Amino acid sequence: MEVRVQNIVKQFERFPALKDVSLDIRSGELIALLGPSGSGKTTLLRLIAGLESPTAGQIFFGDEDASLKTVQERNIGFVFQHYALFRHMTVLDNISFGLRIRKADRRPAKADIRARAMELIDLVQLSGMEKRYPAQLSGGQRQRVALARAMAVEPNVLLLDEPFGALDAQVRKELRRWLRDIHNRTGHTTVFVTHDQEEALELADRVVVMSQGKIEQAGTPDEIYDAPNSPFVFSFIGQSNILPVRVESGQIWLEDRPIGVESAGTADGTANLHFRPHDIGLQDGCGGCLAGIVTTSRRVAGKRHVELDIGQQHARVEIELPADHPATEGSRVAFRPTRFKLFQA
Amino acid sequence: MEFGTVKRSQWRSPSVLPGFGLALGATLVWLTLIILIPLSGLAVRTSSLGWAKFWAIASDERTLKALQVSFGTAFVAALINVVFGVLLAWVLVRYRFPGRRIIDAVVDLPFALPTAVAGIALTTLYAPNGWIGAPLASLGLKVAFTPVGIVLALVFVGLPFVVRTVQPVMEEIDREVEETSATLGANRFQTIAHVLLPGLLPAVLTGFALAFARGVGEYGSVIFIAGNLPYVSEIAPLLIVIRLEEFNYPGATAIAAIMLILSFAMLLVINLIQAWSRRRYGYGT
Amino acid sequence: MAMALDTTIEQTALVQAATSESRVARYTLITISLVFLALILALPLAAVFHEAFRKGTAAFTSALQDPETLSAIKLTLIVAGIAVPLNLVFGVAAAWAIAKFEFRGKAFLTTLIDLPFSVSPVISGLVFVILFGSQSLLGPVLKSYGIQILFAVPGLVLATVFVTFPFVARELIPLMQEQGTADEEAALSLGASGWQTFWHVTLPNIKWGLLYGVLLCNARAMGEFGAVSVVSGHIRGETNTMPLQVEILYNEYNFVAAFAVATLLALLALVTLVLKTLLEIKFSDEIAASRRH
Repeated sequence: MEVRVQNIVKQFERFPALKDVSLDIRSGELIALLGPSGSGKTTLLRLIAGLESPTAGQIFFGDEDASLKTVQERNIGFVFQHYALFRHMTVLDNISFGLRIRKADRRPAKADIRARAMELIDLVQLSGMEKRYPAQLSGGQRQRVALARAMAVEPNVLLLDEPFGALDAQVRKELRRWLRDIHNRTGHTTVFVTHDQEEALELADRVVVMSQGKIEQAGTPDEIYDAPNSPFVFSFIGQSNILPVRVESGQIWLEDRPIGVESAGTADGTANLHFRPHDIGLQDGCGGCLAGIVTTSRRVAGKRHVELDIGQQHARVEIELPADHPATEGSRVAFRPTRFKLFQA
Repeated sequence: MEFGTVKRSQWRSPSVLPGFGLALGATLVWLTLIILIPLSGLAVRTSSLGWAKFWAIASDERTLKALQVSFGTAFVAALINVVFGVLLAWVLVRYRFPGRRIIDAVVDLPFALPTAVAGIALTTLYAPNGWIGAPLASLGLKVAFTPVGIVLALVFVGLPFVVRTVQPVMEEIDREVEETSATLGANRFQTIAHVLLPGLLPAVLTGFALAFARGVGEYGSVIFIAGNLPYVSEIAPLLIVIRLEEFNYPGATAIAAIMLILSFAMLLVINLIQAWSRRRYGYGT
Repeated sequence: MAMALDTTIEQTALVQAATSESRVARYTLITISLVFLALILALPLAAVFHEAFRKGTAAFTSALQDPETLSAIKLTLIVAGIAVPLNLVFGVAAAWAIAKFEFRGKAFLTTLIDLPFSVSPVISGLVFVILFGSQSLLGPVLKSYGIQILFAVPGLVLATVFVTFPFVARELIPLMQEQGTADEEAALSLGASGWQTFWHVTLPNIKWGLLYGVLLCNARAMGEFGAVSVVSGHIRGETNTMPLQVEILYNEYNFVAAFAVATLLALLALVTLVLKTLLEIKFSDEIAASRRH
C-alpha cells in the first residue's frame, strides 16, 4: 500500500522533532530512513505507525487518512530493535498473536491461523522451532520471529526500527541479504530506520537522509552517493574531504593558486569544495592541482589510505591510492579531484 | 601441596581478599547458635514424641481446625493481596498523581508498624462500634471477632509483600512489548490480559507465596481481631501459645512442627515453579 | 484553527490508548487503590492516635508515666540495644563471606539466613522455650548456676535476635554483590591491610545500605510481639516490652493507656518509614535494589 506523509510537524515538549516533513512511499517499495541520532527518523516511523500523533499534518494510507486511526486500526507491522517478543509465548504463539486476538468476525479459523503461522515460520527459516520460547533463541532468530509476527497480520506497511542494530556484524550482514530476499518475495511496502549508511545503501530501493527533523534528500542509493545535494548528505554518506576554496570566473582556487579544476556557471566568491577520497586523479607535476606532504600512509585492504597536509592553512585531506603506490611519510603527492561538489561556504 | 590446592579450589574459588575464614566462621557459629540449634531442638523434641502421639495431636479436631483457619484465611488474604497488590503496583508505577510518593512510602507501613499495634487498631476500627465496623454492622456485616477479621489483619500484614515483589518487575516492563501488541491490533484490555499479566506471573506468584507464608505464621495482629473462638476463629499460632500456657509442650511442639513442614513444603513448591519458569521463559523472580 | 486544534486533541487521545488506559479507567483505578489503602492502612493508623487522645492530653501523658509502662519502654530499648548491634556485626560478616567470595553451599547458606522470615514468630519463641524451659536439658542445668534465660532479658534478646536475624544481611548481600570486589582489590594492591581495606573502602561503600538494614532491623526488634510474648512470661514491670504492655493494657480494657503506648510504637514506625524513604530517594544507588523484607 502506498503511504503519503504530508507536511508532518511533531513538536515534543521542549524541542521540535520533525519540521514540516513530506514523503511519498510507493507501494511495494523498500525505503530506508537514514540519519544520525536525533534526526527524527524514529519519530517519523512511529508517526506512520500511530505510536505517536503529529502536532500538524496528515498521513495517508492509500487514499485513506490514517492520522485519524488508532495504532490498532492502522494494521501495520512494527519491528523493534530489541525484538519485543512476548517471552511467555512460544514462537508459534508470538507469530499468531495478531490473528488470535482479532474479533470473532474477522478472526480466521484456528487451523487457518496455525497454517498461516507455520507458513511464516518456514518463510523466516525457523522450521522446527515453533515450540521454542524466545529465551531459547539467538538474537538473529528472535529478530526473524519478530518480523514474521509483524507480517502475520498482512500489514499495510511494514515498519522496522533499527532492525539489525542489536546484532553481531556477521549476523547483521546475513539478515540484511535475507530481508532483501523476503521483500522481493512478499512485496510488502517496507520502511526501515537505520543509522548505518552501508545498510541503507545496500538494502533500500530509496534512501531518505534526515537531519535535525528535516528530510535532506530522498533518492536511490546511487543518487544519494553520487549526487548529494547538501553538505550534510555529502559528509554523512561515505568519506569526504572539505576544503575552503574561492571561485573566480569558473576557476577554483585554493589560497593563492588555482587547482586546475573548473566549475562553470558557479558565481564568484568563497565556497566549500567536497570530494571523496577515491574520486581523484594523480598528477605528476603541479601546474594547477592540489599538492601536499604525506603525513600518514596506511595500507587498508586493497587500497592505500594517505593523509595529506595541504596549503598554508595545513588543511588535512584523505585520499585513496592503489595499494602499491610508494607514498611514504614526508613525500609529496599531487592530485586533482575528478568528481566533486561545491557548496556555499 | 598441589593436591591441597586442587582440593581447596573444589569448594571455594581463590580470591585475594582477606577475611573469608573469619567472616564465614563467625556467620556459621552465629547461625548455628541462634537458628540451627533451636530449630533442631524442635525437631528432636517432635521426633521424641513418637509417631502415635504425634498423630494423635495432629489429628485432634481442634488442631486441625486451627490449622485450617490459619492456612485458609492466609490463602484468602494472599489472594486479595494479589488483586489489590498488583493494582496498587500498577497505579504506583504507571500513573503520576499528587501524593504518589507518599502513597508509595505508606505501602511499607505494615513492615514498620508493630503487629500488636496493627491488631488493636484494626479491631477498634472494625469492631461493631468502630468507625467502619458500625456502618457495616448496620448492614448486618460482622468483621471483627470472625474469620473475616482474621483475613482483614492478614491482608494488612501481607500487602507490602505483593506490592514490593511485583513493582520492580513492572517497572522493567518493556514499553515496546506493549506497543508491539497494539500494532498487532490488540486493544488495551487484550494487551494487559494476554501480554502484560502473564509476564508478571512469576513475580505475582512469589508475592503470593511471601504474603501467604507470612499470613500463616502471623500472630500479633490477628489475636486481637479474631475473637479466638476454638474451632471457628482460633489460629494455629494461638493454639501453640495456649498449649504452652497449659504446659502441654508436646502439643505445642507437634503443632509447630506441622506448621513448619507445611510452610517449607509450600516454599519448596514455589521455588520449583520459579526454577521451571526461569528455565523455560528465561525469567523468574 | 479551532478545527486543527480539535484534531490534535483527538489524535493525542488515540495514541495514548496504545500504551495507557483511558482517563476514566486511570482515575477509577487510582480511586480504588486509595480507598483500599485508606481502609487498610491509613484509618487504622489514625485510629491509634484518635483512641490515645480520646480522653484528652492529660490522660495520655499520665498513661505514659505509669511505672510499668516506663519499665516496658526501658526494657524494649535494652533488648533492641543488644539485639540490633549483634545482628549488625553478624550481618556484615555474613554479607562479606557471601557477597565477596565464591564457595560451595553458598545458596544453601543464604537460604538458612532467610529461614526466620518463613517461621511463625510464635514458633521462633517456642524453640527457645523448648531449649531452655524447665522440661529441657539445658534449662535446669543453667538454673542451678543461677542463670535465668526464659522469662528474663536473655530470653527476650535471643528471641528478638532470631526474628531480626536476616534484616542486615539481606540488605547488604545484593548491594555488595553488585559492587563487586574491584575496589577492595585496588586497595589491597596499594598496600592496605585487610582491616584498612574494610574500614576505608568497603564500609564507606555500604554505609547507607547498612543504615537502611539497621533501621528495618530496629523497627522489627522494638515491635516484635509473637516471639517475645512466648518467652517473656508476662511479668509486669519486669519482662514486658512495649508491644506486650500494649496487649496487657488492651485486655484490661484500659484503652487510652494501651493506645498511648501504641502511639509511641506508631511514631517509631512513622520515623522509620520517613528515614527509609529519604534514604531511598537520596541514596537509591547505594541501597540494594531488592526492597523486599
